[in-house]
Formats: sequence, structure tokens, C-alpha cells
Amino acid sequence: MKLALRELWRRPGRFVVATAILALIALLLMVLGGLLDGLLAGSTGALRAQRGQLIVYSSTSRESLVRSHITPPMRKEVEGVAGVSQVAGLGSVQVGARVGGRGPRDLVPVVLFGYELPPKSLPDAVPAYGEVYADDSLQAEGVKKGGTIRLGPARTPVRVIGFLRDSRYSGQGTLWGSLATWRSVLAANRPGERAGEGVDQALVVRVAGADASGQAGAIDRATGGATKTLTIPQAIDALPGVTQQQTVFNQIIGITVVIALVVVGLFFALITVERIGLYGVLKAVGASSAILFAGVLLQAVVVTLIASAIGVTVSLALAAAIPSGSIPFVATPSRLLTSTAYLLIAALLGCAFSLRRVLKVDPAAAIGGEQ
Amino acid sequence: MTTTATDFALQMERVSKIYSVGDAEVVALDQVDLTVDADEIIALVGPSGSGKTTLCSIAGGLLKATDGSVIVGGQDISQYTPKQLTRFRRESVGFVFQTVNLVPFLTARENLLVVDEIGPRTGRRAKDRADQLLGELGLADRSSNLPAQLSGGERQRVAIGRALMNEPNLVLFDEPTSALDTQLGDQVVNLIRHEMKSRGTAAIIVTHDERITHYADRVARIVDGRISAVRSARHLHRHQV
Ligand SMILES: Nc1ncnc2c1ncn2[C@@H]1O[C@H](COP(=O)(O)OP(=O)(O)OP(=O)(O)O)[C@@H](O)[C@H]1O
Ligand SMILES: [Mg+2]
Repeated sequence: MKLALRELWRRPGRFVVATAILALIALLLMVLGGLLDGLLAGSTGALRAQRGQLIVYSSTSRESLVRSHITPPMRKEVEGVAGVSQVAGLGSVQVGARVGGRGPRDLVPVVLFGYELPPKSLPDAVPAYGEVYADDSLQAEGVKKGGTIRLGPARTPVRVIGFLRDSRYSGQGTLWGSLATWRSVLAANRPGERAGEGVDQALVVRVAGADASGQAGAIDRATGGATKTLTIPQAIDALPGVTQQQTVFNQIIGITVVIALVVVGLFFALITVERIGLYGVLKAVGASSAILFAGVLLQAVVVTLIASAIGVTVSLALAAAIPSGSIPFVATPSRLLTSTAYLLIAALLGCAFSLRRVLKVDPAAAIGGEQ
Repeated sequence: MTTTATDFALQMERVSKIYSVGDAEVVALDQVDLTVDADEIIALVGPSGSGKTTLCSIAGGLLKATDGSVIVGGQDISQYTPKQLTRFRRESVGFVFQTVNLVPFLTARENLLVVDEIGPRTGRRAKDRADQLLGELGLADRSSNLPAQLSGGERQRVAIGRALMNEPNLVLFDEPTSALDTQLGDQVVNLIRHEMKSRGTAAIIVTHDERITHYADRVARIVDGRISAVRSARHLHRHQV
């Protein structure tokens, strides 16, 4: 083992190319993963921030908030379902926002939510009419606490009273106010979509038991099929593009891991071939195949960890350098760690290609004239 | 006089080795009997292809005999599994090969310590032993040189040190001087004799080089896989001096 480590330190030149290639692969993995995480975070934050376990759409909505319409009688029926502990209205509207300090045509696309049940990290009291909390990503767009934003063609004013984290929706920053604020912004800017008094787009539901998806079925039965109730994770998957993004990115990540496996496999297979003479001598003086192969694994682990460390460093530097709001890239510890873990697994599997060669080395070859 | 097995460093009885190459069979050793005393140096001479390397490999547990019994320092290794043989090589024998087979990226001292690192570590004891051996072999001031920074003779001395690290009962030298010129070869052979005799360790030295036989206690001649003569060489040497 010491032997394997000494070789790494004393002959770094042999490992430099493999380490560099693996570092690039590590960076690729981490950037791909970071982009996926950034994209998903930017389109699902508003749903992930909900305190309820279920979200109720109208059955004709095709699981889309803007197409959904919940009337007061439907809401009554949902409230009557056993096990439902709280029902809260939710509405959304996508508008262009005029933020103080920006040009008159420089609109920031935002989604205004009206809520009754506050999202995580917001206080229990719903803001007064005309007041909103803003997603903190909007700070980069010039939104300030205490400032006024004018929404949509009607330039409906709302005042920002605070910020919340990680609540973006469909790639846009969000504003969070009362249902009344939402209704009036909607009525002023989208007369065609106006929601009458008591009409919500969707309901956020808290249930008592642990069986949230069972409750979803109960709710839809109670409304006679007028609603379509999803758990929050289901609702996230139903957002346009979310599952497609995940599938595509995960496929690319998978292919990248396989490439890492092949790179490590080929590299150590070559190195093992070069070492056959050395291994013969070491076996002749009493080294077991196990200890020699453990040396190969150890080298692969060290090379992979160095490559991953480079990948992590560059990812963090990228995340810090990218201006917020431009590219949806985030470097989360869990993504960096899982990428490193994938690479380690790929490296260890790649080494398996060399195992047979190490086992096959004949110590008798060391003493004979065969080398 | 009764002898226990451990009075001998090596006892080979009717040892045969048959290599099969495709359909053909090559008899490399044919019913060889050879006994080496606990502190004896045997020179093994014979023409190319006569079976010298094969004999050493079997005595050192690198190869398994096709037939016969091989007892080294009291252990019957003929029926050992590969795993047991690995351990036997690590603990009980030393090898010095024709081509110098040092680990190129390790210093002289580390090349000796490798023997300790591949087995259960003894740590301090191994380091002390390595330093002592390097001193005896005249390499004290070369101990941190890499093999590439050593002369041919020095490298071969490091290899001898490595073979002695595990305090073996038997050391096998396969043409240890063939890569060296006459003078260096002489030095190395003297050194081998000195090291073996001062420790009371037995050795088999394979050679084409007749000069080496003068330093041996006995010379065994092998032809076509059969030991044809074993004569005492030591008194000859004394007469010549
Ligand atoms: N791995 C092997 N497979 C098949 N035949 C072998 C093998 N090794 C040795 N032989 C044959 O066995 C015989 C003895 O070989 P060995 O290497 O023991 O001879 P040697 O006395 O050491 O020769 P040299 O002085 O040339 O080193 C030779 O005929 C050789 O061709
Ligand atoms: Mg030979």
C-alpha cells in the first residue's frame, strides 16, 4: 500500500494525464448536475415551499395552475373530507414588473402568488392588501425592501415588505401576497382571466395522517371528479419540462459516469501491463495478489479524489463567478458529493478490468529469463 | 546420529518437474535428490536448459514440483496451496535474481523495507534490520539513492540485502553475477559468502561462472534435469589459496 502511494508521489507524471482527464469529467458531471439542480430549483421552488402535502387542481386543468379554477362549492367539498386539517387557496399570475431604477421598457418577468397558507420561511400572518414578499433572487434585479413594484400593463403597484428564499417558479422570480392582492392584479391586467370573489386557482391542503396520496383519492371522490389532487412531489413532476429535464440530464450524467469508468479502466489496465515485471518480483518475495490489487485500488481512489477535488473547486468558483439570475447553476454540497461518489464507484469498477491481470502474474516469471 | 528435519536447510527427494508445452512434455527435472545443510553454500552449475532455474524455483516455492517432496527448513512445501507458498516465500526464503529487480521508484533502503510492507509489519525492527544490512553491504551512504543512482554492483548488493530481510533459512541466487564484470562479480560473491557464513544461512548459487564454485562448500552439477555429481569444493579452494 505504501508502495502504491510512494509511486503516486514519486512518479506523478504517470498519473497526471489520467488525473486531468478525470478532473474534466468530474467538472462536467458537477456542472451538468448543477445546471439540472439550478433549472429544477428555479421552476419548482414555489411548490417545494408549500406547507401542505397536497395540491388540488380542477380536473379540467391538466394539472396546470393557470388553467385551474376552484369554485367555492368545490372548496366546501374538499374541506368536508375526513382527515383534511387545513385548506388554503392559491392563485398565480405571470406579469412583467417595472422595478424602480430600471428603464421603462426593461420589464422583469415575475409570478405573483396569492396565498392563505404561508410558504415555508414566511410568517403566519398574510401580508396586507398591496404588500408582498419577494423571492430573494429578485434582489439582483433591483428589487428592494420597502420599494414599490408596478405590475403588468396596468402598472398595479405592490410594496415589497421582505424576502423569502428558494421560491422561484417556471424559471422566474416570485412575489407572495394575499389572495385579494392577487385577484386585483389579475383583474387589472388579465381582464379575461378574472377570478371572482372566493374563486381560487388551486387549493393547498394539509392532511392529518401520513397517507397523503390516499387522501388525494378521497378528495377527488368527494368532489365527484371535479378536482384532480396531487401530492407536492407529483405536482412538481407535472410541471412542464421537469421530468424531461431530469431524464435528459440524468442520461447525460449516466453516460459521463460510464466514460469515467472506461477512462479509469483503460488507464489502470495499461499501467498494470507495464508493471507485470514488477509484480512478478513482488510476488516472488511474498506479496499476495490481494495486496497488489489493493495498491491499484488505492491509487485509483487517490487519483479520483484529487480529480474530484479539482472539480469541486472549479464548480464552486463557477457558482461564485456566475452572476445570479443569468445561468441557473448551483453547486450544492449534495450534488458535489454524489458526483464524487459516482466517480469513485466508476473508478473502482474500472479497476476490476485489471484484477485478472494482477491475479495472472506468475511469480516464477521473475526468476526465469522471461523478462 | 539422528537428525531432525531442521538440521537441513533443504531436502529434495525424487523431485521431478515436467512442463507441458502444447502436446509436448519437457522434463526439466528428473528425479532430483539434493540435500543442503543448514549453513551450507551450494554452487549449482550446468549447461543452459539443464534445469538450474527450475530447481531454484521449486526450492523457493515459486513453482510446484510435478512429483517428489521438497522440505525447506523443516516445512514440507510440496503440497502447499498458492496462498501458503506466498507466505512461505515471504517468511522463509530469499531470492536474488539474475536481472536486478529493484523497485525503480524506491530508494535502496525502501527496497529492503518492501519485504516488511507486503507482510504483517514489524516497523521499527524492520528499519533497524534494513540499516544494519545496508551497513554490512557497504551501502550505508547509498541508502537513500534510487536504483538508477546506483552502480550495477551496488544494485546487486541491495538485492542481496532484500533477500536477507526476512531472515531466511535458505537464499537462492540465480546467476547473481552474470550482469557484472569479473572484478565486481568477485566482490559480490565474496560478499555473499561472508553474509551467508556470518549468519549461518544456507544458499544455492546458480552459475555458469566456474570461479564462483571456489567459494561454495559443494558444487552440484546438473545435466538434462539430473544431478550428475556433487563434489566438495571447499578443500579445493583452500589448496589453491
Ligand atoms: N515455463 C516453461 N515452460 C516450458 N518449458 C520450460 C519453462 N521453463 C523452462 N522450461 C524448459 O525446462 C528446461 C529447464 O529450464 P531452466 O530454465 O530450468 O534451465 P536453466 O538451467 O536455468 O538454463 P539457463 O542456464 O539457460 O538459465 C529447459 O529445457 C526449458 O526450455
Ligand atoms: Mg536459468
